[in-house]
Amino acid sequence: MNPVIAVSGLRKTYGAGETAVHALRGVELTVWPGEYVAIMGASGSGKSTLLNMLGCLDIPTSGQYLLDGFGVGKLNERQLALLRNRKIGFIFQSFNLVPRTSALSNVELPLVYSGLKRSERRRRSLAALEMVGLSDRAKHLPSELSGGQIQRVAVARALVTGPAMLLADEPTGNLDRHSTEDVLGVFDRLNRLGRTIVVITHEDEVAAHAHRVVRVDDGLIVSDEVTRAVGAVS
Amino acid sequence: MNFFEVLRFAVRGLTANKLRSALTTLGITIGVAAVILLVAVGNGASAAIAASIQGLGTNVVNVSPARGGGQGASARPLTVQDAHALVDPVGAPDVKAASPVVNTTATATYGQTSYDISTVAGTEPAYFATTNRDLAQGQLFTSEDVTAARKVVVLGPTTAESIFGSSTDAVGKNVLLNSIQFTVVGVLQAKGSTGLQNADDVAIAPISAVQNSLAGYGSLSQIAVQATSADSVSLAQSEITAILNARHGIRLGGTADYQIQNSEQLLATRTSATETFTVLLAAVAAISLLVGGIGVTNIMLVTVTERIREIGIRKAIGAPRAAILGQFLAEATMLSLFGGLLGVAIGLIGSEFTISGIKPVVVPSSILLAFAVSALIGLFFGSFPANRAAKLRPIDALRHE
Repeated sequence: MNPVIAVSGLRKTYGAGETAVHALRGVELTVWPGEYVAIMGASGSGKSTLLNMLGCLDIPTSGQYLLDGFGVGKLNERQLALLRNRKIGFIFQSFNLVPRTSALSNVELPLVYSGLKRSERRRRSLAALEMVGLSDRAKHLPSELSGGQIQRVAVARALVTGPAMLLADEPTGNLDRHSTEDVLGVFDRLNRLGRTIVVITHEDEVAAHAHRVVRVDDGLIVSDEVTRAVGAVS
Repeated sequence: MNFFEVLRFAVRGLTANKLRSALTTLGITIGVAAVILLVAVGNGASAAIAASIQGLGTNVVNVSPARGGGQGASARPLTVQDAHALVDPVGAPDVKAASPVVNTTATATYGQTSYDISTVAGTEPAYFATTNRDLAQGQLFTSEDVTAARKVVVLGPTTAESIFGSSTDAVGKNVLLNSIQFTVVGVLQAKGSTGLQNADDVAIAPISAVQNSLAGYGSLSQIAVQATSADSVSLAQSEITAILNARHGIRLGGTADYQIQNSEQLLATRTSATETFTVLLAAVAAISLLVGGIGVTNIMLVTVTERIREIGIRKAIGAPRAAILGQFLAEATMLSLFGGLLGVAIGLIGSEFTISGIKPVVVPSSILLAFAVSALIGLFFGSFPANRAAKLRPIDALRHE
């Protein structure tokens, strides 16, 4: 079995010379399928940079990153786009649904870019909405949904391609307590069904749902502890 | 990711901001409609002139005083005698008839009605046959009327209607031309506008009467010569040249104080003038199309800036650069294509109407050209904003507020 994420010696430097900023200074991380990992750190710790690397949104200065067995370092922009489409399901803090576009169409979007037929897209998108408990909101526009519902649509969109992992960046940062529970509940359920989830957060409440907590500080991983066995319920 | 999906995204992008899309489209619509309509007007003017000159007959040769007066002070005016000298079975066997013509303008008064006639022509009866004018009612004036300088007049249909109204019979009525009383003896059949002047807005009277009461005894405006047949026009032209050179004392190689044009040459002169006119109109229209195109670029730039986040999302979830490029290019092209289609429709409808006396004649190639240009405008003016969108890095785009 391939690890979903296998990162070794990952470095990212912005700028050069005197003004160079070393955002990541040699990160080692392995995530196995089915894991629910929380990456924690204060702002400026490098966790956002790590997220960009893990999400294939940016390429490392040096080091190796294997995503589900694929080496990311040497890929061009087009291949990176393809990899993001197939292997990663993004969930953002600010939801990032396409405005004025129905929930269903938003969920379908990644499938459009992967070239699926319309009927197949529809079937899979409805199934994904079903999984987050929103099948009755399929035709609604984002502006007609609550924050928690919007984020669940985003989760459905992340799920729909059947990616190797869900990569969530502060997924509850803009949500109230009730909606947070909602979304974390969905995460728990997905993880029990075998989905690999990587959550970047600074909230202990969110980290408490994960099986493993990785702390980042000053561009390095400072602790990596398994808090619960995979499959165990919190 | 197929073509159809790209179009669907583009349609959704455009319909999200309907008013803005409609206004942008309007720029292209006006441009395309202007190109089609203005070229049609120019073309209509040429067609009308061609038709009117064809209507004169292909065997007509027109002699008029040279512009600038030929050999300075020694230039002689064209006279009635010149015209009569051209009808010479021996010296000019190919000339069938030659009518001296003086043109002037006059204000016609009848009762309370006053009307400015654009052309008052003084001539001889042969002129009617030479210029293919037929009578609608009444009769033409005769050679006797010319000899006696009788103040009789034959009116064009437009003139007759303007002075007497459509219900009154003009024949037999007395009308004042610049306060001089003329009797209407006939009304001509309609011939139509030539584009630059209305052939139906004329009053034709004996040359003697016009000269002694309206125009004076200066040079003739022209001599309308009818050749015996269309084939003998060039022979007639050289005969006329020979006779007039002799009468005006113009030596071989000298500059003539008159000019001879057959209907083909007349056509060429007139059409070259309207061609310039058409090119000018088309240039103005092309500028408005260009402005419309810049409008498309402008709006697409705004759209891209506005939707940077959306572009970031699309890229993050795996849209390749080509898909983003395609989406925004398709939006721009649809705007301009739709505007182009609408413009073609408006141009075609507009050309059904008579515009300032000219019946526009649509040039099919102008439709094709305007439409193709509008499509290209979308691609060309849309490529800059679309490329800008496609080149955005997903992390930058997502971070954009």
